[in-house]
Amino acid sequence: MDSKEIGSGSSGADLLREIERLRAEKEELESRIHLLEAQIKPRGAAEDKSGSCSLSSLSCSQMNGATISCLSPEMIHRYSRHLLLPDFGVEGQLKLSKSSILVVGAGGLGSPVAMYLVACGVGCLGIVDSDIVELNNLHRQIIHTEAYAGQSKVKSAASSCHAINSSVKLVEHREALQAVNALDIVSKYDIVVDATDNLPSRYMISDCCVLLDKPLVSGAALGLEGQLTVYNYNGGPCYRCLFPTPPPSAACQRCSDSGVLGVVPGVIGCLQALEAIKVASAVKIRGRSPACLICGENAAFTREIFQSFDYENFTQSPMSDKSSEKLNLIPESSRITAIPKSMNIPLSNLEDKLSTIHSALKQAAQDSGKCASLFVVCRRGNDSQRAVDYLSKNGFPLAKDISSEKLNLIPESSRITGKEYNEIVNTGEPHVLVDVRPVHHFKIAAIPKSMNIPLSNLEDKLSTIHSALKQAAQDSGKCASLFVVCRRGNDSQRAVDYLSKNGFPLAKDIVGGLQSWSQDVDHTFPSY
Amino acid sequence: MTEEPKDTCDVIGSQKTNPSRDKDLAPYIKIKVLFFARARDLTGSTELCLEMPDGSTARDCMNKLLIEFPNLREIYNSMVLALNEEYAPESTILRNKDELAIIPPISGG
Repeated sequence: MDSKEIGSGSSGADLLREIERLRAEKEELESRIHLLEAQIKPRGAAEDKSGSCSLSSLSCSQMNGATISCLSPEMIHRYSRHLLLPDFGVEGQLKLSKSSILVVGAGGLGSPVAMYLVACGVGCLGIVDSDIVELNNLHRQIIHTEAYAGQSKVKSAASSCHAINSSVKLVEHREALQAVNALDIVSKYDIVVDATDNLPSRYMISDCCVLLDKPLVSGAALGLEGQLTVYNYNGGPCYRCLFPTPPPSAACQRCSDSGVLGVVPGVIGCLQALEAIKVASAVKIRGRSPACLICGENAAFTREIFQSFDYENFTQSPMSDKSSEKLNLIPESSRITAIPKSMNIPLSNLEDKLSTIHSALKQAAQDSGKCASLFVVCRRGNDSQRAVDYLSKNGFPLAKDISSEKLNLIPESSRITGKEYNEIVNTGEPHVLVDVRPVHHFKIAAIPKSMNIPLSNLEDKLSTIHSALKQAAQDSGKCASLFVVCRRGNDSQRAVDYLSKNGFPLAKDIVGGLQSWSQDVDHTFPSY
Repeated sequence: MTEEPKDTCDVIGSQKTNPSRDKDLAPYIKIKVLFFARARDLTGSTELCLEMPDGSTARDCMNKLLIEFPNLREIYNSMVLALNEEYAPESTILRNKDELAIIPPISGG
């Protein structure tokens, strides 16, 4: 923080960590400020409503703020694929990031458990083990590397975990978990993962978890098979409920005696990580739907229906690669294709073909009597940019590339850039900003005062937009404009297209959506 | 973890398990038994078919197996039974074509 510290040989990694920590702190403070501000002026209730009902479950939610969750922009970026899961989302990630998990054993099971939990963003991970890394561990204990042979497994595991995700708090317990220290260690954690390799530890850990009322995710692997159980959770049994009498030692072999295929503990460990995440996030990832046509309450799915059910037609995909041609299941749009009337000049030949382009443009101009434009397209928009770059320097200054991912549905006049919108905000021009992303996206982050109306609901919510505009006009005494934003700028165009045909002819969308907003205007706005 | 599921069990080692077949006295049900981990080592099979009198419980089934494979006693007190992929107590009454799995704990990691 002060210059003395920076100059005194702190490593780059330390500084980065400090920056990360301070950023998180700043985020937290800003979030609290917004929350308090919202309490001072309880106006704009109509706008709030769209987001508030779904946010009420979040303890630190904030109305109308840039970050509705407590996740920092860095976290939003890192865990964006979690956040995009409607069944996991911000709630799941927040709960996970606030939970602490103890992994007992840093071996074949513990390796994937620790790596996945850290990668997925658990708040705090404790690892207990007293063992040393040996070369004959490495075929299955994938968290360790040769460099750590002879060193503590916990040290090695913590180092790998830190390399994967330095924002997770790691606690190293370089000791064996035993009845004497177990209560003390386990009590510091919310969830315990049993990744040990012996029977007594299993009973001990289970008993300890019962005493401390901790859920226990237990895994075991040997040879070619494995077992996975969640004990002491939601009224479920404990290890002793299932196995009140320990088997004789002959019946319970160890990997070191009987062998184990390397991947087997890996598979079980991954499943343990999954179960631990489910417990930590308290998110029901899979549950029976009462409305399900197959297993639901009113399902009438019989063997007969099943046998005559056309699964290929249902899924629009073939059961085997070979049948796809015959069935013609691949939609026209996904076949390799070209835009009609496009001319093919591979990027590698572009240099030699400038005259061809020149004559084509001339021809098009002659045919129409107007000046012809030049567009370039490729598969994903990279090569076309390279081509435009080259063309612009070689006699075609007005060439433009068509980015294949971007939609151009509405006229330029119905669009504004993020920067222009920012001007409108800064000058206090009355307006309403509608965010048409799905609700769980809106929860990740949103522009202040935007109202969330998912594109799929737009049709039913026109009156809401109408009253919001009216309110904004009343408050300011001027006519209020309507803007639409989405994640990348495609859905917002669809929304504007619809709005313009349904009573809002002046609606405009923000080009490039929140992605551009984050790039061009508000760099602190999280990209996900 | 388990073998390919099979609907019929007449293919699988039933010759070993049914010494006193008496179809005339009572109707019989067929039970598929799966052996995991140590149970597989002790019996030398991954699965087999048992014919039991109608109304038999899982315990009856186990008793029959213990006669056939006395060394299963090693794990008899420390194993769980799963009937049709769900844990079940020994008192559960079996039905025709049920699948009974014998699951001793494993402890490796």
